[in-house]
Amino acid sequence: MNRATKHLLFAAASLLAVSAVAGDLKIGIAEALTGGAAQYGVPIRNGFQLAADEINAKGGINGNKLVLVVEDEQGKKEEAINVFKKLIFQDKVLMIFGPTLSNSMFAAGPVANAAKVVAFGTSNTANGISEMGPYIFRNSVMESDVLPVTVSTAVKHYKIKKVAVIYGNDDAFTKSGYDVFKKVLEDQKIPVTTTETYVKGDVDFKAQLTKIKATNPDAVICSGLAEEAATLMVQARGLGLKAPFIGGNGFNSPKLFEVSKTAGEGTFVGSPWANTNPTPANQHFVAAYKQKYGAEPNQFAAQAYDAMTIAAAALKSIKVTGNVANDREALHGALPKVSLSGATGPFKFRQSVGKDGKPAGYDADQKPFIYVIRDGKFVLFTGK
Amino acid sequence: MLEQQLVNALTLGSVYALFSLGFTLVFGVLEVINLSHGAMFMAGSFAALTVVTRLKAPLAVGILAAMLVSGLLGLAIDALILKRLRARHAPHLIPMIATIGATTVLTSAAQGLFGVEVQRFPDELLPTREFIFGSVHVRALELAIVGIAFLLMTTLFLVLRHTRQGRALRAIAESPKAAALLGINVEGLFLATSFTAAALGGVAGLLIGLNFNSVTPLMGQPILHKGIAVVILGGMGDIRGALFGGLFLGFAEVLSKAYLSSQMGDAVAFGLLFLILLVRPAGLFGRVLERKA
Repeated sequence: MNRATKHLLFAAASLLAVSAVAGDLKIGIAEALTGGAAQYGVPIRNGFQLAADEINAKGGINGNKLVLVVEDEQGKKEEAINVFKKLIFQDKVLMIFGPTLSNSMFAAGPVANAAKVVAFGTSNTANGISEMGPYIFRNSVMESDVLPVTVSTAVKHYKIKKVAVIYGNDDAFTKSGYDVFKKVLEDQKIPVTTTETYVKGDVDFKAQLTKIKATNPDAVICSGLAEEAATLMVQARGLGLKAPFIGGNGFNSPKLFEVSKTAGEGTFVGSPWANTNPTPANQHFVAAYKQKYGAEPNQFAAQAYDAMTIAAAALKSIKVTGNVANDREALHGALPKVSLSGATGPFKFRQSVGKDGKPAGYDADQKPFIYVIRDGKFVLFTGK
Repeated sequence: MLEQQLVNALTLGSVYALFSLGFTLVFGVLEVINLSHGAMFMAGSFAALTVVTRLKAPLAVGILAAMLVSGLLGLAIDALILKRLRARHAPHLIPMIATIGATTVLTSAAQGLFGVEVQRFPDELLPTREFIFGSVHVRALELAIVGIAFLLMTTLFLVLRHTRQGRALRAIAESPKAAALLGINVEGLFLATSFTAAALGGVAGLLIGLNFNSVTPLMGQPILHKGIAVVILGGMGDIRGALFGGLFLGFAEVLSKAYLSSQMGDAVAFGLLFLILLVRPAGLFGRVLERKA
């Protein structure tokens, strides 16, 4: 092949590429891909990518391909605002997923809302996110939605009269989990025999557990990360403390069983997602994620995967005209009507009310799953 | 509940004592606060873990690997860093800072080699036997830790008191210059001490890694802080001090968690430490150093 032919072919290919672009559906992804929040942001990005690739492999949406414009907001408020502006005004995306942290959403969300572009958070669990305006969406379930169900289910099952509480008091995540538990216990009028704490790096919990055992609780509520929680349960059984555990979101990790083995039997945990959920949608997601990324997916990847599926369903229901402003508005109108069953189970939106009393953005209206640990595995609790 | 808490305190105290033995030995002989002792502790754990999981070797080989790898690392730090600083008569603070550097290098290397996630020993290697006396539960491994802490302490103490090498070491502790004049191989004994102390740290790391079944590159950090307190409390450089200081800290921590509040554990333990040092500034077994001319 001579040089000129090559050039010609190249030009033809470019022309073809350009004509394909006309039907692209550009979706902005603003997640923390570097920095401390990257441990959440990266699985989230992977979840989006996996869903988009699957949709495109099946021919896209009404013949149009999903194109992800991925930007790193570094887990910083200022950067999230910059990235949002770039995606909205320069890349002219139809909608934006992200940012990773609630703090960043509070900063960047209003930018999208003012520009009438949907900002869809998949990992923002703080109160007040969706109240910012009608263009703010999220499918992340808050701990305050999950823990009351976990506690009341366990209380009913074990006929619990009183509980002991233990939590890590120097970690924002476990501390906020404790705060929610505390409120739930007050609301459900369950007496607490003793409240114990530990700090990060502790590996010996025997003093606290011996004390808990002496107060003879019907269950032990624990807000801790999986590693600590597992060691804690092993030591509890070693001391002859037989009461079942009730765990916070930190328990939702396969790591729990690597150490605890059978020590965690009977533990109740609530979660927006669990990797062992046997529904075909979830099993497909878990297998596909593992195959593509060579790692176990987590809750954040699952929520991102579902969010992309939700957006795709909304896009399928509208007619894309190519006029960005009109398409954005049509998508905004179609999103709240989506209800489907994904990796995290049946999902629909619930409109929230803004500070001014007017209808605002949309939260997840999703039931948490309650799991009980049996034979060293999370088993969906079915009332028995 | 009291009996169980006393057993808890004894095991936690023995963990602290085991860690502090090598730490205090180095200080007693070299007069260096060797902050890389936490890294020796971690290295011992990883060495044993690697040998038992990759080579499928029995636990006894793992113990040897822990002693050898940590010991050699300790030797290397002495030969590459501390020896040079000694030769230049660097002030006390300098070797301490240098060992912080060595720690950073070693923990970063471990993170690169083994990753940041927690590693575990295989189940079949874990001694799971448990003894129950009335309302008190003790695991075999905990008894072993208590036993080994006392055994090593006694052995070290006897070696220092009654052997030729021990007398030489004590002479060095008294004055390295005078010891050298008496024909003692000071540099050789410095190296031997660094090896022994690091090897002890490695064994401590292995036992404690086994006990909590958790091995991470950063596992040496929290215990290093406690170890410093133990050594100061017991009397810098005193072997008995490491044991009693360790036990004291263990009991103070556990009993304050048991009878006051678990938020108060460290506050009470370190508050008591402060009070004791007010009364005995050199620690439980330490002598107040008279400034050598």
